[in-house]
Amino acid sequence: MHTFEFIRPADAAAAIGTAAQARTAQQGADVRFLGGGTTLLDLMKLNVETPSRVLDINRFPFDKIDDTSDGGLTIGATVRNSDLANHARVLRDYAVLSQAILSGASGQIRNMATTAGNLVQRTRCVYFRDTAMPCNKREPGSGCPAITGANRTLAILGTSDKCIATNPSDMCVAMAALEAVIHVQGPKGTRTVPFGDFHLLPGDTPERETVLEPGDLITQVTLPPPIARSKQVYLKLRDRASYEFALASAAAVMTVDGGKVSYIRIAMGGVGSKPWRMPEAEAALAGKPANAASFQQAAEAALRDAKPQSENQFKIELAKRCLVHTLQTAVNA
Amino acid sequence: MATTIDSAVSPTTARAENSADEIAVPITLRINGREHSLRIDPRATLLDCIRETVELTGTKKGCDHGQCGACTIHIDGRRVLSCLSLALAHDGKEITTVEGLGTPDAMHPMQAAFLACDAYQCGYCTSGQIMSAVALLDEPCGPADADVKERMSGNICRCGAYANIVEAIQQVRQRA
Repeated sequence: MHTFEFIRPADAAAAIGTAAQARTAQQGADVRFLGGGTTLLDLMKLNVETPSRVLDINRFPFDKIDDTSDGGLTIGATVRNSDLANHARVLRDYAVLSQAILSGASGQIRNMATTAGNLVQRTRCVYFRDTAMPCNKREPGSGCPAITGANRTLAILGTSDKCIATNPSDMCVAMAALEAVIHVQGPKGTRTVPFGDFHLLPGDTPERETVLEPGDLITQVTLPPPIARSKQVYLKLRDRASYEFALASAAAVMTVDGGKVSYIRIAMGGVGSKPWRMPEAEAALAGKPANAASFQQAAEAALRDAKPQSENQFKIELAKRCLVHTLQTAVNA
Repeated sequence: MATTIDSAVSPTTARAENSADEIAVPITLRINGREHSLRIDPRATLLDCIRETVELTGTKKGCDHGQCGACTIHIDGRRVLSCLSLALAHDGKEITTVEGLGTPDAMHPMQAAFLACDAYQCGYCTSGQIMSAVALLDEPCGPADADVKERMSGNICRCGAYANIVEAIQQVRQRA
């Protein structure tokens, strides 16, 4: 690990002022905010992250979950994943978020990991994590050995010829389906980012993963008012029963009226280069009978553009079955 | 709380390849109810600090990357991984290691249950297992063995003592 200066800024403004001096807030950032540390410290030990300044934001007043005036929820940046998953209103109104968080990591890591940290969680691609290997995300222009190498767990949606890494987050998949909004405070003031706009596709610049610029500090995430009578399900398929990243996962928020789908939001994990909202599947389902035939059609639409690699062709069928089973479970819930 | 923990350490000097003494910064950590005033490398994890500086070696280093759970400790009563915790970030916190749970003469009920159920073989993962299991008693967790297995999945045992570990935990939960 490279040495660094550990700084505990007085407040958010001071943290933003210091972080704004960095050249980038993306891969290679010279300044990093420290939340739970479960990604940052891990990657610093691997020399994948080499900040010269680490800003501890854990004592800022961002650790609360509150109702919003419109009936939604606001979740502070440093709320721990376990506290979010076990919060009474999340369990009642946003169950898909609780299920998603509890399906990820371990009890210890969920006690540490923060809401904002989970939003910027990094890929588990083995080439990204190994500085002895080329990786366009870690070292732009060096190449992507995953495309001809070990890619069984990597993405089939949203990839480019520069990067096929998977976004590993479960929480983000649920937040995509819930249409969460990310609140950012930066050198030029505050702004909100719709969830679907926050993560970037790899394209030619896989080192850029989010819209965050130097000095941008996520302060909270808001959830819109809950969808009345909605059935919410998160299903995660993986190589072992627990403490493993998804090969494919699905989050669904659905209402059914008179046997027909009257509201549907779908996102998938483990298959995309970012948390993958599925508007094609939603369009295929809207107004259709809530039955197996409709769910199969939605799954076909969802994976139509999938591009498999040498080792992950199986993910296409796995993802379809994952989505069909998720929707069926939601109807029966 | 003003700026840096040790303002004498500028980014430039901190990044240079100085000896450990030159970049060390002061910190006071409260471990098992006792204050320890230390000088540590800013890079030190709680795990290394507890083992190497405070010399409490009950907490074990397994993978050092958050994948095995051997280093599990409690911070303010909640279980966390000490290998992914920066020591400098934890001044003022109540840190508990396995040494703070009980003594050979007065064991914590979970330690006694692990002994009674033969819930280990080589013992390397055991302190992490016990720290996780004790924290589990205060967490939302269903009554079934499957619930315990799910909530304990962050603690890996290469000897495969899982069946007895679950039995020990369930014994303590049922008596509680």
